[in-house]
Amino acid sequence: MALTIKEVEHVALLARLSLSEDEKVKLSQQLGAILNYADTLNTIPTDNVEPLTHILSVHNVFRADEVQPSMPREEMLANAPLVEAGYYKVPKIM
Amino acid sequence: MELFELTVHALQQKLASRQVSSEEIVKSIFARINKVDDKVKAFITLTEEDALNKAREVDNAGQYKGIAGIPLGLKDLFCTPGVNTTCGSKMLADFVPTYASTAFRRLEEQQGILAGKLNMDEFAMGSSTENSSFFATCNPWDLTRVPGGSSGGSAAAVSADEVPFSLGTDTGGSIRQPASFCGVVGMKPTYGRVSRWGVIAFASSLDQVGVISKDVYDNALIMKIIAGHDHLDSTSAALDVPDYTACLDGDIKGLRVAYPQEYFGSGVDAAIKDAIKKALLKYEELGAIVEEVSLPHSEYALPAYYLVAPAEASANLARFDGVRYGYRDNEAENMEAMFSQTRCQGFGDEVKRRIMLGTYALSSGYYDAYYLKALKVRRLIADDFTRVFKDFDIIVAPTTPTTAFKLGKQSGDPLTLYMNDILTVPVNMAGLPGMSIPCGFDQGMPIGMQIIGKAFDEATIYKAAYAYEQSTNFHTMKPALGVE
Amino acid sequence: MKAYDYEIVIGLEVHVELKTKTKIFCGCSNRFGAEPNTNVCPICSGFPGALPVLNQQVVEYAIRAGLALNCEIASYTKFDSKNYFYPDLPNAYQVSQYDRPICSNGYMDIYVDGKPKRIGINRAHIEEDAGKLVHQGSITETAYSLVDLNRCGVPLLEIVSMPDMRQAAEARQYLEKLRSTMLFAGVSDCKMEEGSLRCDANVSVRPWGEQALGTRVEIKNLNSFRSLEKAIEYEARRQMEALDDGEVLVQETRTWDEEKQVTRSMRSKEEAQDYRYFPNPDLPPLVIPREWVESVARSMPELPQQAQLRLMEKYGLSAYDVSILTSSPEYLAFFDRCVAAFAQPKAVANWMMGELNKFLNQSNLQITECRFSPEHLAELLKMIDEGAVSGKMAKDIFAEMFASGKPAAQIVKEKGLAQISDQDTLIAMIEEVLKANPKVVEDYRGGKQKAAGFLVGQIMKATKGQANPTLVNQLIDKCLSAE
Repeated sequence: MALTIKEVEHVALLARLSLSEDEKVKLSQQLGAILNYADTLNTIPTDNVEPLTHILSVHNVFRADEVQPSMPREEMLANAPLVEAGYYKVPKIM
Repeated sequence: MELFELTVHALQQKLASRQVSSEEIVKSIFARINKVDDKVKAFITLTEEDALNKAREVDNAGQYKGIAGIPLGLKDLFCTPGVNTTCGSKMLADFVPTYASTAFRRLEEQQGILAGKLNMDEFAMGSSTENSSFFATCNPWDLTRVPGGSSGGSAAAVSADEVPFSLGTDTGGSIRQPASFCGVVGMKPTYGRVSRWGVIAFASSLDQVGVISKDVYDNALIMKIIAGHDHLDSTSAALDVPDYTACLDGDIKGLRVAYPQEYFGSGVDAAIKDAIKKALLKYEELGAIVEEVSLPHSEYALPAYYLVAPAEASANLARFDGVRYGYRDNEAENMEAMFSQTRCQGFGDEVKRRIMLGTYALSSGYYDAYYLKALKVRRLIADDFTRVFKDFDIIVAPTTPTTAFKLGKQSGDPLTLYMNDILTVPVNMAGLPGMSIPCGFDQGMPIGMQIIGKAFDEATIYKAAYAYEQSTNFHTMKPALGVE
Repeated sequence: MKAYDYEIVIGLEVHVELKTKTKIFCGCSNRFGAEPNTNVCPICSGFPGALPVLNQQVVEYAIRAGLALNCEIASYTKFDSKNYFYPDLPNAYQVSQYDRPICSNGYMDIYVDGKPKRIGINRAHIEEDAGKLVHQGSITETAYSLVDLNRCGVPLLEIVSMPDMRQAAEARQYLEKLRSTMLFAGVSDCKMEEGSLRCDANVSVRPWGEQALGTRVEIKNLNSFRSLEKAIEYEARRQMEALDDGEVLVQETRTWDEEKQVTRSMRSKEEAQDYRYFPNPDLPPLVIPREWVESVARSMPELPQQAQLRLMEKYGLSAYDVSILTSSPEYLAFFDRCVAAFAQPKAVANWMMGELNKFLNQSNLQITECRFSPEHLAELLKMIDEGAVSGKMAKDIFAEMFASGKPAAQIVKEKGLAQISDQDTLIAMIEEVLKANPKVVEDYRGGKQKAAGFLVGQIMKATKGQANPTLVNQLIDKCLSAE
C-alpha cells in the first residue's frame, strides 16, 4: 500500500521539502511500507484508553516573572547565513 | 596498563595520589586517538589544545575532586559553547553555539575536560551511525561492522579507549544498542532524570541523556553528576538524586528479577538468548529470584514509536529553515524556495523520511488514526511495565536481536534498520530507565544484556548490574583493534 | 434583493498582549520598541536545544481576563503546537491552545440604542507572538526581507467572540468595551497603535430569516476603531452586492486597505493551511485549582460593566456617557474624584466629554498626563455654579488650566477674570450706562428688544466682559422699572 505521488507532494509541501522526482517515488513506497507496518496498531482496542502525552505526571511548571538579561545581538547573529543592520536577511516572500 | 586504558575511578585514584597529572592523562588520550581514530572514526571534532590548557589549569590548582582533570567525549548534539556542534548533519556543519547544554555544564563545573565531539546518526535518527552526513564510525571489535547508533561515536570511543567515558542520548535505544554492539556499559535514565536543555532535540517525549562507560561504577559516578532538576527544562524531574555509587555493594539476595517472554522470540539470535539465559542463571546463583513474565503489548511498541517519534521530530526539526543558523541554499530565488531547498539539501535521506512520516501522521484526517492511536498504545505499553513492576524489582532481557552487523548491509531498507530497536523502544515509550551491560560474545562480537528498572529507581539497576559485572570479567576485555 | 434584505453577521477575534514583565517562555523583557534582535535569547529565537518554561504571571493574567469576561476557567488546560513555516516564526510552530483553552463560555454586555445586548465569548486562550518582517516597499515588490525576532514570545490572549454582532457599530462597541475591560482588569495596555490590541473581523451576510450562516470572510489589518467600522460596512456591502449579482462567495482572508478604503483578497496560490496541532511535549499541562481562581476573583478591581451600572443607577447618566467615562480606569478615577469634590455628575461628565476630551485629543495626551487635577476641575465648576465666572469665561479659564496646570482661582486672580456678580457694583455701572444713553432707554421702554441687547452690550463692554450677563439683564429691568 504505497502513498500516491500526490499525497507525497502534499506532505512534502507541509514539511517544506523540495523532493526530487526520484525521492518522491522512493518515499511513496517506503512510507507506504512503514505505515502498513504501523497499521498493526489498529488490531488493538483502545476506546477507553487515555493517550500518554507526558511521561511525568507533573503539572504547573512555572517560572517567576523576573527579567533575565537577553543574549547580546552579536551572539544571536553569529551563526546567521546572512544579516543586515542587525536583522536576519532572507529572500523576498514571493 | 596505559593511562588511556583506565576507568574513571582508576584515574581518580591516580590523580588524587599524585601518581599522574591531568596533563599526562590528556596527552595519553590524544596519543591514543591519533593512533586509532583514523580506523574507528569516532570523532567529528577534537579539542586537543583547549583540553591540554584545561588540564594544566587543573594541575596548577592541585585539587582533584570529583572528575577534575578527567577527559570525556560528547555526542555531537550536546551544545558546547565555542565548539562546533553538528548533530551529525550537513544542516549544522558550521554551527557553533554560544550556550552550553546543562549536562555538559555540570561536568565542566567539576572540571571534566572535553576531548571532542562524537559522531552520530544525523539528528539521532538511526541505529548504525551510517546516517551521519560526514562518515560512518566503525566498531572497534570488528572495523567492518557498525558500532550501532545513534550514539555510535560515543560507544566506539569508550570501547576503543579513546575517552574514559562519554555522554550520549537515547530516544529508541540510541545509548543501549551501541553500548551492546561495542561491549561497553550504556545507561539511559528515567525520562526527566537528566536535563534536556542544550541537547538538540529529536523527539521531546522520548529523548534522554545518558552515560556510556567502561564499567558500572564509572557509569554510576557520572550519572550522579549530570542528573537532577534543571529549571531550564520544564520536563526535568524535581526529585533528589541518590549517590548511585553508594549502592554498589554486590548484595542482591532476594532481588526479584523478571524476564519477559516476548523479548526471547524467534527474531532474536540464539546466541544472544543463550547469553541472557546464562546471565539469569548467574543472577540466581547470586541470590536473586528469577521468573518469566509477559509484557503483552511489546510487539506494538515499535510501530507506535515510529509514529510518535517522527511526529515530534517533524516539529523539532522544522526550525531548520536557513534563516538564523545552519545551512542555507543561497541560490534560492524566494523565501519558500529557500526553505524547501535548504531543508532538502541540508537533511539526509533518513531524516527526510522521518519528517515526512511524522508530518503525515499529524496531518488532517490522519491524526486520530496514527498519532493519537499511537499515544493510546503507548499508555498500554507503559501499563504493562507498571503491572510487572508491582511484583519485581528489575526486568532483564537482551538489548538487541543481533550483534553488530556489517557496514552497508542494512542501508537499503528502512524497516529492517528500524527492527534493531525492537527490544529497546518499549523502555523509551514507558519513560523507564534502562541499561545495557556486556554479558558475552558471539563469534567475537559483544552481546549486551538489558536491565530495565522502575521509574527513578536507577539505583536498583546499578546495584544489579554491578553484582553481575563483578562476577564476570567481560568489562575488562578490550578490542584488539589491530594495534599493539 | 436589496441591502435591507440581508442580515449582517459579525464575529471578532481579538489578540491582547499581556503586560507581564517578561516573555511567555523566557526571561527576555516584554517591552516594545527595542533595537532589532536585542531583546532575544535562544529560547524565543528557536535555537537548537532550547526549551520553554512558562511564566506564571501569564496564567494569572489569563485567569483574570477570563473572569472579567465572565468565562469559565478550565480546571485542566494544556498547550499545543500550531505548525507552519514563516521567517518570523523561529520554531516553525507557535505554542498556542487548541482543544482545551483556559477560558470559555463567557460574554460581554454592550448597549445598542440604549438597550443592553449580550455578546457571547466563545473562548480565550494563551499563545505566543511571532516576530516582525520588515521590507523595502510592499511585500510583493521588495527584493528581500529583514527579520526582527524581538516580539517572539510576547504572551498573547486570543479572545474569540460568538458571531453575535449585527452592525459595524456593535462591533466597535464590543471592541471598545473589551479594550476598557482589559484595561480595568490590569492585564494589558491595549494600545492599538503599538499592537498590544489587535482585531480581526469575521463578516458574513444572509437573507433575513435564514438560519444558516453565510460564507464567512476574515478581515485583517484593522488598525483603529474607525477602520474596524469602515471595513465591516464595506465588506458587508461587497458581499451583498456580490450575492445580488449571483456570485458565489469564497471563504477567504481579506486585508483592509486603509488608503483605498476597500478590502482586498489575500488568497495565495497554496491550499488551506493544515496546522497539525498536537500537544506540546516540552510543556506540562496546567491544573488550575478553584482556590487560585477564587483568589483572582477576590482581588479583581471594579470592571467597566459594574462601573457603568453604578454610574447609570446612581447618577442617571446615559449608556453613551458611561461608556466614555469608563474608557480607562484612570479616566473613571478622574471622574469619580471630581464628582466627590463637586457633586453634579452630569456637569462633570459634560465638561470631561466635551472640553477636556477636546484638549486631550488635540495635544495627543492621556488623562494621566492632564496637567490639572480632578479637584481643580471641580473648583472651576463650583465657580461657574456660584456665578463667580461666566460660562464663556470658564472656557477660557479651562484652556489656561489645561495649558499651565494652574488652578482656576489663581488664573482668575492673575487675569482679573472674576465675573462681576456684586449687585451694587453692577447697579452703579448700569445706571451710568442708562444715563449715557437716554434715547436707547426710551426705545427700550417703547418695547424695542434690540435696545435691551445694546444696553447689555454696553455694560459688558464697560466691564470688559466680566459682568454676569444673566444678572445684568435682571438688574436692567429692575433699574428701569424703578424709575
